[in-house]
Amino acid sequence: MNLSVHRFVAVLQKELIQARRDRFTLALMIGMPLVQLFLFGFAINTDPKHLPTALVMGDDSRPARSLVESMRATEYFDISQPTSPAEAERAMARGDVLFVLEVPVDFARLMERQERPAVLLAADATDPTAVSSAFAAASGVGQGLLARDLPGAAPPARPFDWRVHRRYNPEGITAYNIVPGLIGTLLTFTLVVITALAVTRERERGTMENLLAMPVRPLEVMLGKIVPYIFLGYVQVALILGAAVLVFQVPLRGSVLLLLVGLGLFIAANLAVGFTFSTLARNQLQAMQMAVFFILPSILLSGFMFPFAGMPGWARVLGEMLPLTHALRLIRGILLKGNGALDVLPHLLPLMLFSVVVGTLAIRGYRQTLD
Amino acid sequence: MTAAPLAIDVRGLHKSFGPRAVVQGLDLRVARGQICGFLGANGSGKTTTLRMLCGLLTPDAGEGTCLELDIRKDAARIRRRVGYMTQRFSFYEDLTVQENLDFVARLYELPDRERRIDAVLQRAGLTDRRTQLAGELSGGWKQRLALAACVLHEPELLLLDEPTAGVDPKARREFWDLIHVLASEGITVLVSTHYMDEAERCHRIVYLAGGKVVVEGSAEEVVARSGLVTFVGTGEQEALSEAAAALEPAPGVESVAMFGQTLRVSGTHRQALEKALAPWRARQGLTWVDEPPTLEDVFIHLLSDRRFAA
Ligand SMILES: Nc1ncnc2c1ncn2[C@@H]1O[C@H](COP(=O)(O)OP(=O)(O)OP(=O)(O)O)[C@@H](O)[C@H]1O
Ligand SMILES: [Mg+2]
Repeated sequence: MNLSVHRFVAVLQKELIQARRDRFTLALMIGMPLVQLFLFGFAINTDPKHLPTALVMGDDSRPARSLVESMRATEYFDISQPTSPAEAERAMARGDVLFVLEVPVDFARLMERQERPAVLLAADATDPTAVSSAFAAASGVGQGLLARDLPGAAPPARPFDWRVHRRYNPEGITAYNIVPGLIGTLLTFTLVVITALAVTRERERGTMENLLAMPVRPLEVMLGKIVPYIFLGYVQVALILGAAVLVFQVPLRGSVLLLLVGLGLFIAANLAVGFTFSTLARNQLQAMQMAVFFILPSILLSGFMFPFAGMPGWARVLGEMLPLTHALRLIRGILLKGNGALDVLPHLLPLMLFSVVVGTLAIRGYRQTLD
Repeated sequence: MTAAPLAIDVRGLHKSFGPRAVVQGLDLRVARGQICGFLGANGSGKTTTLRMLCGLLTPDAGEGTCLELDIRKDAARIRRRVGYMTQRFSFYEDLTVQENLDFVARLYELPDRERRIDAVLQRAGLTDRRTQLAGELSGGWKQRLALAACVLHEPELLLLDEPTAGVDPKARREFWDLIHVLASEGITVLVSTHYMDEAERCHRIVYLAGGKVVVEGSAEEVVARSGLVTFVGTGEQEALSEAAAALEPAPGVESVAMFGQTLRVSGTHRQALEKALAPWRARQGLTWVDEPPTLEDVFIHLLSDRRFAA
């Protein structure tokens, strides 16, 4: 029995009718990306000021006090009374303060000798978006004001150095990274779940027995069920990208076409995973559990939640096997760095390999009998 | 056996689910154009057998042909020529009647879909409901849709698994009229049922117990071969009830059943049965007649036969 376009179209059309009648799921798949984006999006777009800051004063000189004053003047830092370094550290661990500003011992003297003392600004970067603009403001603090405070000779070009620490999140994921991450995780979530349920639902409702008794091939069923969701995946991408660019002014530096092609591979990879689960699970609950089992590590190990470079070796190996990891690099590369086709090839190949391998598993796993 | 072409010819079918042997050495032959009733207690393996015949389950052992195609090797080709109606309704409840039929027609790649669907809707009396969602049909109408869908591709063999469960008597009769029309057109039908009146409308009956065929033949043959003796008592209601209670545990009595104003008492050994009945035959106000057993008597007898217990 050869593959038949007619049978494929029959399955496809049936799925489309069913999807159209299942208003709730449809609304969820279109509404979810937007709701998520606006939730995260407004979180990233806010420019929080008056962030609680602990102060450690190693030097009580005039220039030191003047530095603290000019930090206050940026309005980003709400600086409390000086404490000990240990107490400041604890306050940050507790989450009472987001910053610790530490003026070194002999600040004024070192500056006078043009030895460029290092002023420490440590931030709780678990929410990098919250602290990034404050960092930017801090780096502008300095010169003119210090020149006034330093008696004598012409002030040096850089009277002191900032030592910036991003605690808990060394990669310091920036605001723009949220959008690529959101595109990737949402696609993974909706597509894996929906396809994992696709065949399982037929089994649970008993329609599988009928479908198997009719002359239709596994690949025809699989393609017929998957293709509508490829379109739906692209609709999600378009919604997120559109809102990200229009509402949140996220840059779109690379080629949109390249991005869509790359995402096509990523979508295929997710659908293959979902379909494989679908053939393994006995009921919809099991399918759902398998989907979660796949989605959680994807979110945790792909570099979306935690910086990839900061993970132990074994976690990185796992991460490399997940499509989301490569998709994130791909989307970030194209969207934010303006990568071209050659640059993103190393991310495309793993996605392709994954799709082929898992897709084969899915077709193999599709049982043509009820055994 | 004569060389009449067989629609189904299988030998020694076995199927187990885990440790459970469900079908154990089943032989089945059904001639072309015949309506064969498939009977047996719940769990006796009817559905499992039907599934093996159309390639939905692979037999653990045994071999044979369906429409002269090997059930093991030619499952794909068998599917095109067989119409299988599942025990549980298995069409898409969120598609309309018409959409369901259209889907089936497309999977079989039937030419002239519109005309065929119209014809089959007409035949099943579903024309007025073509735009209704299948899930909103009542039980009987769902069954009609299922039957309509499985004859759409004009199969040569119909495997129907309890097609009339939950269908009202009039619809059941129409259903069977339709099955007879199909048979007269040359279609072979293997139909499982728990209804005796339906069994009587079959050309042949196959009775399954413990995954084996234990009795087969026409309804008359099955009744005649059962060797069952049945007495029917009529008369005073109170005395009848008393008799029923007393006869139930008596030796020689296999089944006792009240039907409104009559009591049917059956057993396989005439002497033993008559001995048990003797006091009640003498009883004032009760009359007893020795009647030929009905098919139902025979099936109750078979169902309660300990030798065949699953
Ligand atoms: N997929 C399966 N897995 C495990 N056991 C099964 C499976 N299918 C059927 N069985 C068991 O096999 C036995 C026979 O089932 P089958 O459905 O063939 O009986 P049946 O004669 O059709 O019964 P009914 O009259 O109730 O429809 C039952 O005990 C059932 O529990
Ligand atoms: Mg059954």
